[in-house]
Amino acid sequence: MSYGWPILSTVTFLPLVGALLIFALRGNDESTYRNARYIALWTTLITFAISLLLWRDFDPATAQFQFVELRPWLGPITFHMGLDGISMPFVVLTTLLMPLTVLSSFGAIKVRVKEFMIAFLVLETLMLGVFCSLDLVMFYLFFEGGLIPMFLIIGIWGGPRRVYSSFKFFLYTLAGSLLMLLAIMAIYWEAGTTNIPALLTHDFPPEMQTWLWFAFLASFAVKLPMWPVHTWLPDAHVEAPTAGSVILAGVLLKLGGYGFLRFSIPMFPLASAEFAPLIFALSVIAIIYTSLVALAQTDMKKLIAYSSVAHMGFVTIGIFTLTMQGLQGGIFLMLSHGIVSAGLFLCVGVVYDRMHTHKIDVFSGLVNRMPLYAAVFMIFTLANVGLPGTSGFVGEFLTLLGAFEVNTWVALFATTGIILSAGYALWLYRRIIFGTITNPALKAIKDLSWREVAVMVPLILITIFFGFHPNPILDVSAVSVEALISDFKASLAAAEQARFALAP
Amino acid sequence: MFDQAHLLAILPEITLAVGAMALLMVGVGGRDEERGELVLWLAVAVLVLAGIFVATGEGTVTLFTGSFIVDPYARMLKLLALVGATVALIMSLTYWRDTDGGVKFEYPVLLLFAATGMLMMISAYDLIALYVGLELQSLALYVVAAFKRDSARSSEAGLKYFVLGALSSGMLLYGASLVYGFTGSTEFAQIAGAVQPSGANLGSSVWCSCSQASPSRFPPCRSICGRRTSMRARPTPVAAFFAAAPKIAAMALLVRVVISAFPAVTTEWQQIVIFLAIASMALGSFAAIGQRNIKRLMAYSSIGHMGYALVGLAPGTAEGVQGVIVYLAIYLVMTSGTFAFILSLRRDGKMVEEISQLSGLSRTSPLMALMLAILLFSLAGIPPLAGFFAKFYVFLAAIESGLYALAVIGVLLSVVGAFYYLRIVKIMYFDEPVESFEPMPRILAAVLGTSGVLILFFFIYPAPLVAAAGVAAKSLF
Repeated sequence: MSYGWPILSTVTFLPLVGALLIFALRGNDESTYRNARYIALWTTLITFAISLLLWRDFDPATAQFQFVELRPWLGPITFHMGLDGISMPFVVLTTLLMPLTVLSSFGAIKVRVKEFMIAFLVLETLMLGVFCSLDLVMFYLFFEGGLIPMFLIIGIWGGPRRVYSSFKFFLYTLAGSLLMLLAIMAIYWEAGTTNIPALLTHDFPPEMQTWLWFAFLASFAVKLPMWPVHTWLPDAHVEAPTAGSVILAGVLLKLGGYGFLRFSIPMFPLASAEFAPLIFALSVIAIIYTSLVALAQTDMKKLIAYSSVAHMGFVTIGIFTLTMQGLQGGIFLMLSHGIVSAGLFLCVGVVYDRMHTHKIDVFSGLVNRMPLYAAVFMIFTLANVGLPGTSGFVGEFLTLLGAFEVNTWVALFATTGIILSAGYALWLYRRIIFGTITNPALKAIKDLSWREVAVMVPLILITIFFGFHPNPILDVSAVSVEALISDFKASLAAAEQARFALAP
Repeated sequence: MFDQAHLLAILPEITLAVGAMALLMVGVGGRDEERGELVLWLAVAVLVLAGIFVATGEGTVTLFTGSFIVDPYARMLKLLALVGATVALIMSLTYWRDTDGGVKFEYPVLLLFAATGMLMMISAYDLIALYVGLELQSLALYVVAAFKRDSARSSEAGLKYFVLGALSSGMLLYGASLVYGFTGSTEFAQIAGAVQPSGANLGSSVWCSCSQASPSRFPPCRSICGRRTSMRARPTPVAAFFAAAPKIAAMALLVRVVISAFPAVTTEWQQIVIFLAIASMALGSFAAIGQRNIKRLMAYSSIGHMGYALVGLAPGTAEGVQGVIVYLAIYLVMTSGTFAFILSLRRDGKMVEEISQLSGLSRTSPLMALMLAILLFSLAGIPPLAGFFAKFYVFLAAIESGLYALAVIGVLLSVVGAFYYLRIVKIMYFDEPVESFEPMPRILAAVLGTSGVLILFFFIYPAPLVAAAGVAAKSLF
């Protein structure tokens, strides 16, 4: 289905319009802040509504890019946008999370509200641009541009160690992505284009593939993050304001996984096959190591951050199994983790708004004062553990299934991660929700407000719905993933043949 | 012999020289404050006029028996240098008004002479023409550097600059004489024909390009020898002028010499350029980290930026030169905006230069802080701002020629460089406000605003600049 208007550009750049409107607001009193909040909320809601049109009109029967827009921009570098079954769900995930985070920050952000909302809307445009870009340079522009608003969000509205964390976040990710930029340039000279659909079918020389693959890995591994370059994430999460953590965990981490799917595997299949064991090793270490580290945390946000790193380990295992189950599981797990970790960070935000701390030992026996909160937190905790009936289960199960097919040892070690995750997640839950209230400051703590309920309910519904009925997401991505795998196998076979042909 | 086309080709230089001398007459007429301002605005008019003459030129013209060339490359860089000089001149107005009891008319006149020298440097196609242009520019700049006559520090800065400049002129002449000895000519075209990649020729050409790059003209060496004092002692508008136009002219000259006169020994001078690029980038990145004074920080930052521009020269290809030109154009906009900001930092009638004084600026003057933040992120090379495209094109050229090590070192150093730009953003945005500054003078606000907006929205329509730079670069090959 095609539209008379460029729908992808509309979705991508609409948040910028909202940002400009807020920028035009004058004054610094409570009523201006109120206006800024509502403009941001409505902009993100409308963006979400338009992105639902994308889902409705998306044709899951083809692996071609859809809703394509192509305009001249900078000589051989074009303005090129489009979606396939892999990127489309991420666009909707982003547009879905944005209004919820904006709504959740209504009470939490009290100073410099205008700037906060502008930074958030700009960030939304940049994230959507990453998923929609069909040109490497454009992709890079959006990918790295996102650093600026996130740097400001952590640094201005963050916790006590915000300066350290924001610098670490910025410089770490910048160093990783600059190597990718050089690889993009090398690709440009090798293939003569930065057009992604054209590059997907280009055969890079095997030697070059290795270098390019590692350059892209440098960027995506930091972004995802993979062990051992994950250390920026716990710091960034702990210091970021709640809304920042939600977007960081919900969307920004997914850019790395998306990058593997969009670039590393289809463009460098030989290198991907060759170095898959490396990814497996790093992922298994990440899963077990970060799960153990999570057990030792005294800060809720840090614990959830380490659990995110472990979950991303499952994603990378799934993706690099290069089986239907593994890939689909990886995609599903990323989407599910986007919802569940967002929910968990929002839960931490709820008590943070009341107590201004996220240390675990401050809280105990919350169930006595906040039954509703206890229920919500339980659902997200169980989804994080991967309880059947929640979306977390489907993703983890599929990735492990794929891993089992390829390498049973990897599956075995990765599964221990699930057990450990039950350990740290349930233990966290027991410590803060159950027991008796020992801290006198908690005696007057209030349960969820209507606004907090409004933020949580959609996330809970989605978690449970896709836990029982994962097909809508799996169907949307199936054809694209199949095409990815068959292209991958074809390139491997071609390379194999070439090797035999050369052999004496 | 001397037809109309030739006259048109050197019209900009004639305009500047005649204009400067005429303004000297106007200035001598009286010494009051009003007259200084009048001369300044007339000088701006002369610069603009020269710019129009440059912009309306067409084709490639060689004159004075092949010692002077006007091609698209020359026109593009002359325009950049003239824009830089004009903006710096306009920006100096408020400073002189407030601090030194009005504009002294010598200042605009000296700047006009320096601009004349720059245009000649850019168009020079012969070692002698090159030397004449360079000296014309330098002599004017020596005086400008010591412009605060009553301050011992300023005089010292001027003297140091002069001694170093004289040294480098001597070395340049020595190199030029060697080149002449080996090739029998001072014209670039004939040198290019005579130089072969072997034997003694090589030594001379290398020496020549080396002395080109050596003291005072070129940042890495300059900073080692006593730049600290000279930077601080220079009045801010002078620093603003030095940061843009002369750098563009020097870079233009270097590119022209190595590309036009020594194409046969590319691999030899390439090593020197790579070394200079890495040294400048490293010095610019690491030395700036410890700076507390924003003028000094910008001085080191500009060293780093010249290093990045050199990355584009290292491959010795048309793509590389295109990258250099794009880099210089974007650098010009960024540096003008930043100096407009620095010039407007006044509190209780005094200039403020400590970076820590910017604390919380985003709350006391949000727009000003936003514009500077845009410029700083752009200087750090973060997309989608213009500074990213500048770095993109130079590194693109380096990768094309297989200079992978240079590219990797360059981007990693740019991460180090990003740190100190971010530190200023942090001070403006994350820290608690101190007392606010005096409101920005209109002229400076206009310059800062224009450059901020240009940098921010460059990505929407970047093609014209890139295409123009491409045309200009092609004319060298």
